[in-house]
Amino acid sequence: MVLEGRHVPARAPLAEHHHANAALEVRHLTAGYPGMRPAIDDVSIRVPTGEIVGLIGPNGAGKSTLFKAILGLIHPARGEVLAFGRPVREARADIAYMPQVEEVDWEFPVSVLDVVMMGRYHGPRPFLGWSRADRAAGLAALARVGLSPYVARQVGQLSGGQRRRVLMARAIARGARLLLLDEPFAGLDAAVQHDLLAILDDLASEGRSILIATHDLSCVANSCDEAICLNRRVVASGQPGEVLTEAILTATFERHLLAIPQAIDVVRIADDEHLETHERQVTR
Amino acid sequence: MIDWLLEPYQYEFMRRALLVLLVTSVVMGVVGGFVVHKGLAFSGDALAHATLAGVAVAFVAGASVGLGALVAAVLTALGIGWTRDRARVSADTAIGIVFVAMFSLGIVILSRRASYTPDLMSFVFGNILGVSAGDVVGSAVLAVALLLFVGAFYRELLLVAYDPAMAATTGVPAKLFQYATLVMVAVAVVVALKAIGIVLVNAMLLIPVSTAALFLRRLPSIMVAGALIAFGCAATGLHLSYYAGVATSPAIVLVACAVFLAVLAVTSRRGVRLVAAAEAEAS
Repeated sequence: MVLEGRHVPARAPLAEHHHANAALEVRHLTAGYPGMRPAIDDVSIRVPTGEIVGLIGPNGAGKSTLFKAILGLIHPARGEVLAFGRPVREARADIAYMPQVEEVDWEFPVSVLDVVMMGRYHGPRPFLGWSRADRAAGLAALARVGLSPYVARQVGQLSGGQRRRVLMARAIARGARLLLLDEPFAGLDAAVQHDLLAILDDLASEGRSILIATHDLSCVANSCDEAICLNRRVVASGQPGEVLTEAILTATFERHLLAIPQAIDVVRIADDEHLETHERQVTR
Repeated sequence: MIDWLLEPYQYEFMRRALLVLLVTSVVMGVVGGFVVHKGLAFSGDALAHATLAGVAVAFVAGASVGLGALVAAVLTALGIGWTRDRARVSADTAIGIVFVAMFSLGIVILSRRASYTPDLMSFVFGNILGVSAGDVVGSAVLAVALLLFVGAFYRELLLVAYDPAMAATTGVPAKLFQYATLVMVAVAVVVALKAIGIVLVNAMLLIPVSTAALFLRRLPSIMVAGALIAFGCAATGLHLSYYAGVATSPAIVLVACAVFLAVLAVTSRRGVRLVAAAEAEAS
């Protein structure tokens, strides 16, 4: 099956009550780890409501640090982060985070549904556990990513692509208006990537806003409304067509890239476990 | 056969022993579930050894030894968490330093006394047959408090054990529950201390739950099965030690080890097929 580039769905109009605020507004953020040069320096980015924004940069560019600072997992040295016009700690219910797949303990004895339910956490309910509504939202999220047959399976028994789907379902189950996805496609074959991107397109067309950290240029070129190039600082930002130029990418990745993706034809690969990274084809 | 089974329990001390092992087993199953799957094995061992300092201080001061052990274990749990968060050394180094310091402190205090008394040795190697009615009540109270805590905050404990960063983004006070997990281990150690002893407590935290994890795939069922296995091994070990005239807590641990190996032998052969089936399905 050959895919014809990206199908761009009509995006829903902005929800009225927050049209004034961007979903995410990061202003002059400087953050890092004690005793080291800041991993990100004076970074300002914006994720408009209902858009998919791709954050590109090489390893060590500060993508994960930026995510952690946005989420309040590390304290920034300077700058501020607003989600829907509020500090992040007041907007937790509106933010869902999908960590890199390597950061999750896949041997832990939890089922697929257990993991997805975690996205529904909104405060203590001593002795009560998850509500009926939580369960329904978890199951709906699993159906959305096509994992309904696997609800009871221990997560370690899933393939690489399925693991990504579990984490994405967990983010979806939260019902948040802003999703932060850290390397959701790394190590996936192009067909699986395409399926996940279609889900993200759907979410965006519902008015949800999505920030994707990736070093996959083709994903950004084909599926994002905006691209931000990060290498400790914001090198460039704007529409993918404007940003993904040879000069900017060379500055971002600090080396010359052989291929700049435009419209990339993708052949479906049946094997879900196929771990040949698409990123490698594109950036080397 | 019935006589052989029931004969030991005509004695009050044997009935008490069985009761305290029941309480201990439940706690070992529940807390062991977190210890095994969160990789806290070394913390468990460290907390057990650190209680010696508390036992020694209480012993010299004439205070409640159980209370001394509890205070020492909780302080050590907090110390491990604090060191882990701040030191530029790896977590196991931090734990190693803290627990050796506490264990040494215990030995130093005790070495000032003329001789190691039998009562003290009962904490080091366990003295199940010397468990008093007060010990049973003390262990039971701690166990109930611990189970209530886990019941009330199971979701938080699970989130923090599984994915602390994500947990923090959802608003779970992740740091607090990471400390709480260590304190739970400390309390579990104290519950089991008199029955099992400092040296072997960790074995009962690890082995029954690890056995259950060989054939179960979800934490709650692993905890329940771990508790059942722990009690089965404990009762068997108690019985064997009664007839063979050997120390009880090593007998219990040896039974637990044997059960683990037996289950491993069965599941590792069946496991090959399970993994193959899962892989076939996934591809």
